[in-house]
Amino acid sequence: MATFKEFRNKVKPNWCPGCGDFSVQASIQRAAANVGLEPEDLAVISGIGCSGRISGYINSYGFHGIHGRVLPIAQGVKMANKNLKVIASGGDGDGFAIGMGHTVHAIRRNLDITYIVMDNQIYGLTKGQTSPRSEKGFKTKSTPEGSIESAVNVMEMALSAGATFVAQSFSSDLKELTSLIEQGINHEGFSLINVFSPCVTYNKVNTYDWFKENLVSLDDIEGYDSSDRKKAMATLMEHNSLVKGLIYQNTEQKSYQDLIHGYADHALKDSELKIDKEKFDHLVNEFM
Amino acid sequence: MVEQLSWKVGGQQGEGIESTGEIFAITLNRLGYYLYGYRHFSSRIKGGHTNNKIRVSTEKVRSIADDLDILVAFDQETIDVNAHELHSKGIVLADAKFNPKLPEGVDVTLYSVPFTEIATELGTSLMKNMVAVGASSAIMNLECEVFRDVVEEIFSRKGEQVVAKNMEAIIKGAEYVRNQDKGNLHRMELAKADGKKRMFMIGNDAIAMGFLAGGCRFMAAYPITPASEIMEYMIKKLPEFGGTVIQTEDEIAAATMSIGANYAGVRTITASAGPGLSLMMESIGLAGITETPLVVVDTQRGGPSTGLPTKQEQSDLMAMIYGTHGEIPKVVMAPSTVQEAFNDAVEALNIAEEYQVPVILLSDLQLSLGKQTVEPLEYDNIDVRRGKLDENPDLSELDKGQYFKRYQVTEDGVSPRILPGTKNGIFHVTGVEHDETGKPSELASNRKNQMDKRLRKLKKLPEVFPVPVQTDARHEEADVLFVGFNSTRGAIEEAKGRLEEEGYKVNHAHIRLIHPFPTEEVKTLVDKAKKVIVVENNATAQLANIIKMNVGSQEKMENILQYDGTPFLPGQIHQRSKELL
Repeated sequence: MATFKEFRNKVKPNWCPGCGDFSVQASIQRAAANVGLEPEDLAVISGIGCSGRISGYINSYGFHGIHGRVLPIAQGVKMANKNLKVIASGGDGDGFAIGMGHTVHAIRRNLDITYIVMDNQIYGLTKGQTSPRSEKGFKTKSTPEGSIESAVNVMEMALSAGATFVAQSFSSDLKELTSLIEQGINHEGFSLINVFSPCVTYNKVNTYDWFKENLVSLDDIEGYDSSDRKKAMATLMEHNSLVKGLIYQNTEQKSYQDLIHGYADHALKDSELKIDKEKFDHLVNEFM
Repeated sequence: MVEQLSWKVGGQQGEGIESTGEIFAITLNRLGYYLYGYRHFSSRIKGGHTNNKIRVSTEKVRSIADDLDILVAFDQETIDVNAHELHSKGIVLADAKFNPKLPEGVDVTLYSVPFTEIATELGTSLMKNMVAVGASSAIMNLECEVFRDVVEEIFSRKGEQVVAKNMEAIIKGAEYVRNQDKGNLHRMELAKADGKKRMFMIGNDAIAMGFLAGGCRFMAAYPITPASEIMEYMIKKLPEFGGTVIQTEDEIAAATMSIGANYAGVRTITASAGPGLSLMMESIGLAGITETPLVVVDTQRGGPSTGLPTKQEQSDLMAMIYGTHGEIPKVVMAPSTVQEAFNDAVEALNIAEEYQVPVILLSDLQLSLGKQTVEPLEYDNIDVRRGKLDENPDLSELDKGQYFKRYQVTEDGVSPRILPGTKNGIFHVTGVEHDETGKPSELASNRKNQMDKRLRKLKKLPEVFPVPVQTDARHEEADVLFVGFNSTRGAIEEAKGRLEEEGYKVNHAHIRLIHPFPTEEVKTLVDKAKKVIVVENNATAQLANIIKMNVGSQEKMENILQYDGTPFLPGQIHQRSKELL
């Protein structure tokens, strides 16, 4: 059985020292080993931005796509080979700005993939512009007077869109993050894990210390029940979504691939490509 | 007795014009006639004038007729808009309900037939379409019984009585018309057809069937006119083969999902029209640099923007060849007949995998939606080739930190390909410039190696591609060479025939492999002609410019362009080329 070390390759990440993304990388590697995967069983599909480079830093199959399109690529991979575990990952700009349309629809489609967003509330790689996750008043190069748009509340959005697995964590908490990724991988359906992953270079507001001070752990809320959607929504609203832990999970809902009419039992990639003569003649006859 | 005639039915959209045409056409196809249809419709569900023009012949026909023999009208607008197409012996069969009148100066026979009234007497005005079918059959001297099979197929699930009523409507319609002019009916009796079984289908059906037969098991697509029928066919058929279709949130998702699925080993396609293709361009570039097979259908329609969404145009050509930023190897194929559309769909899947490139299968509205008689598609033409893909390789363990060389520089530019999930085969894929293992690299030498390798892949394609140019060129010294692509083939063939009857020596080349351009083959043909007339449905002579770029010979080149939304009629090409000769 593979250990987390086998999910390491020799590529040195080009992230800044202290970047939150290092912990996300380590958590994915640990979670993959913990759930019993071999490197070839895993495909990490990633978006564009600092965080998007992550697919190149894990010893597994990886596809670094185009900005905002990580989810459709990941869903295509899963549709072709349901035996692969597919992790999609990218930044908050990738998933909640340019790719928001895909995020909402991936959530409601509920294909069995795990989406890990490295949320730093800023655009890092383009050197410090506002993100849809930046709070109102947040000053950046593109909002010198402070952002006048509301930040998108992605956890509430995910619940509203019909998510079957919603979790949030913080890159300082390697243990919890690893556990949530394991749960996400094991969840049969779409799992969204939003990870506060501070940008030490451009975000001087939402720092490690800021999160430590402001995040409420759901473990500390007495009687919190992650199967109760209504409670989950109320808790998010109460804490402005600054919570960490497993927010909501629906284990009843079947995943997309379990619901497809006529869908092959084997991985679709193993399909017979030729069709037999009799079937072909039947297709021809339908037009006669 | 006539060997061919042209029939048109028109009325308000949503009134059953489609089904009238269908019953009429399917029946005639089964009798062994060759048909070629053209639907005039608008981008709305109900209301607005629509018509369905069908050419019927005992010989092969591959274009719309110049004029019209029989016009079936469910409203006055149909007469006003279409009566001018009728020749002097033409006939209008119109519903008596609206008190039909011929426009001034149109001298044809008008039979006012109580379509609605007869239908209502039989139980429902919905059957007025059947009355009209019957009326038409009387003019053509067809037995009403020939329609029974089709009527049964359509209505049997509604019960025997409904079948009987519909047949009665046909018979009553025919009887009424037979009694016109005191029985001295103005008839156009069709010569008997050969009775052979042939298919009756649109290009989109053939494209979809080609994909299915070629091993496509997944499709991701977003609905759009005139491409949706491809998706609809796949939704209906893929489950029988274990596959499925996802209707995505947009065309970007459709293209990128297809890329993901192709990367992971399933033959996956997407299909759209101009607006969708514009959205897919970045993804097509991704497929290019990541060397992921991808097949995208572009059913061209009137552009730009929403343009003329239900009308014929061929104006995406340049965008399909040059669209996407940066430089990638890409194939653009343009079938010109329904049969070719089927074969090219299979071939597009093969080429995409053999060369690990995006392939654009170009169609146009008239090819995609023009319903026509097609010789039965052949099973033996189906070939599945996956190139250098090794689905189950036995690889030795890689050294720690080493990846499989998915982008190995090779002589032909094509690298070995394995699928994610393969043991000891881990590699990385990225739209960033990368080294042989897929790891990002900005090294100048690597950039050049990888770029050259990718662009090398298609160098030989024009030589090995089966029939890159469909040619009908028997003259060593031709007065004119016609060049076209996609659906204009039939109209050009007919215009060519008329010019030859008048003594001109005419060659015809229809470009099937648009990119990479079959320069040698086209140059040979251009050199044999005094004049080259490029016939295309766009305003800026895109194909002509491609030819000029690749072949030269500017001084010989003339254009026949049409961009009013209508497909070419043979007579238009004939007339306009005479002005140029």
